[in-house]
Amino acid sequence: MSDPHWELLPHGADIGVRGVGRSKAEAFEQAGVALTAVITDPTSVAARQSIDVSCAADDDELLLVEWLNTLIYEMATRKMLFARFEVRIDGHHLTGKAWGEAIDVDRHEPGVEVKGATCTELKVAEDRPGLWRAQCVVDV
Amino acid sequence: MEISRLQRKDENEWWIAPYGKMRVPAVIFASESLIREMDEKVYEQVTNVATLPGIVKASYAMPDAHWGYGFPIGGVAAFDAEKGGVISAGGVGFDISCGVRTLLTRLTLEQIEPAKERLADTLFRRIPAGVGSTGELSLNPKEMDAMLRGGAKWAVEQGYGTKQDLARIEEDGCMAGARAEQVSDRAKKRQREEMGTLGSGNHYLEVQHVAKVFDHGIASTFELSEGDIVLSIHCGSRGLGHQIGTEFLTRMAASTGQHGIELPDRELACAPITSVLGEAYLGAMRAGINCALANRQIITHLARQAFGEIFPDAELPLLYDVSHNTCKTEEHMVNGRKMQLFVHRKGATRAFGPGNPMVPDPLARVGQPVLIGGTMGTASYILAGTEKGMNLAFGSACHGAGRSMSRHQALRQWRGREVIDGLAARGVIIRSRSMRGVAEEAPGAYKDVSAVVESADRAGLASMVARLEPVICIKG
Repeated sequence: MSDPHWELLPHGADIGVRGVGRSKAEAFEQAGVALTAVITDPTSVAARQSIDVSCAADDDELLLVEWLNTLIYEMATRKMLFARFEVRIDGHHLTGKAWGEAIDVDRHEPGVEVKGATCTELKVAEDRPGLWRAQCVVDV
Repeated sequence: MEISRLQRKDENEWWIAPYGKMRVPAVIFASESLIREMDEKVYEQVTNVATLPGIVKASYAMPDAHWGYGFPIGGVAAFDAEKGGVISAGGVGFDISCGVRTLLTRLTLEQIEPAKERLADTLFRRIPAGVGSTGELSLNPKEMDAMLRGGAKWAVEQGYGTKQDLARIEEDGCMAGARAEQVSDRAKKRQREEMGTLGSGNHYLEVQHVAKVFDHGIASTFELSEGDIVLSIHCGSRGLGHQIGTEFLTRMAASTGQHGIELPDRELACAPITSVLGEAYLGAMRAGINCALANRQIITHLARQAFGEIFPDAELPLLYDVSHNTCKTEEHMVNGRKMQLFVHRKGATRAFGPGNPMVPDPLARVGQPVLIGGTMGTASYILAGTEKGMNLAFGSACHGAGRSMSRHQALRQWRGREVIDGLAARGVIIRSRSMRGVAEEAPGAYKDVSAVVESADRAGLASMVARLEPVICIKG
């Protein structure tokens, strides 16, 4: 069994995010960390404050897109970065928490802002029992 | 890309005959070497677009085409609403109306040389750039809606720039048919502090010198001579456009079954132009276009103020402003018949030829300026639209160099400080708040913009007028 982790996937102009976990929710949490890694080193972000988020969609894959888009919106409007996530999925409804802090340009050196999640390379799947993968390309 | 899968029609034109569910052929404009370097995914995406309902003539890819989401970046496709034609949020892109505008300065490289550092600092101080930056202007709901309806025209009315600017912007600076009420509150909230900001990634403000003129006749109409200094701005509709793209992409993805559209891949999500969702997107997207035009107009004003601090007599008239992420309603001749089409250009620049009524005088005599952004270490180009190009791909051309390397790979290969020092040694000043951002945008991470532009020229999409090289780059 693989430990929960995240990866960035190469894509021509943009970048793909992938979360891997023991459950769908954990894979979503890791995809959240991958999203932060597009912008900055996630270990440079302190979990100082948390926000509550929720979203819903018709299926698992669109739910991942909604989850990432919710985080992108919160980052953009709160001028925050997030380091850690907690996700609960009931059917096609997600509730969660994101811990992070305000962007500090000197310390975080954010490289690029994420515009939105796309349906390209979109996949939410249990590749084998107890190993979930949640991924898609995000536009930067 | 595997070249044996293509049929060569011309030195820079390659065809894929319809097969499977393709309704029309796919056409790629590029030199043989660009084709060989091109991502296989472009083949998949350009042929997928050819399967969409109501597509007219062909699905096109420009010489800088690369893997996008749904449509390739560098993709052009036109749809007929009467034949069930569709509109696609992914076919426009999230950064709605991202584009380039170039201003003349009537100064020479020699004149600005002694003041270069000071000018760079002043521009950097005045123009908000980078992740998390905010503009000075904050709009209340009523002002936001007025901006979304009025575009650059609204910005001029608020004191940003002059009426003369408007004639040099597509749609005279104001996109008709914008529907502010179709733009969500979330999109408006995301924009509230972002008016007059450059953004990040490949967006920039550059002071450039005209390094070479290829066509002296057209260059003189564009008022460009070798040694002249110009200023170019590359940015788009900021958070508002991104949020519109985000929301409509998922709405379209969730609704394709309801519209009876069969898609080879979910990423092609679209809606019939005449459907409620299609019309809502059109209204919101046009509002996004106005947001981008207003944004570039405000940044223009800030740049003029910065120049004015150093060169009090400087005037910076606008040469042209052209977008490369749009869907526009245009009239084109197809098989001898005039048709009204919805032309998607995603990472492709409108390139209207001489005599086009949409292009103002005196530019219309020689063809619309086609502004192609390069990297901070190489070059940008100005081309002109051609008569031939109107029949090749609905009057469209390439939009830039296109990445050859992922952002992460670039981060491993370069350090931002080294990139800045290397460019400084060549006389190019970079100002950025993020060394990581600079490393990700290292010139070496991009394809050769000159090869892209030469291919567009040889294919007849647009003709080369001048090459611009960076002097100062304010990096987003």
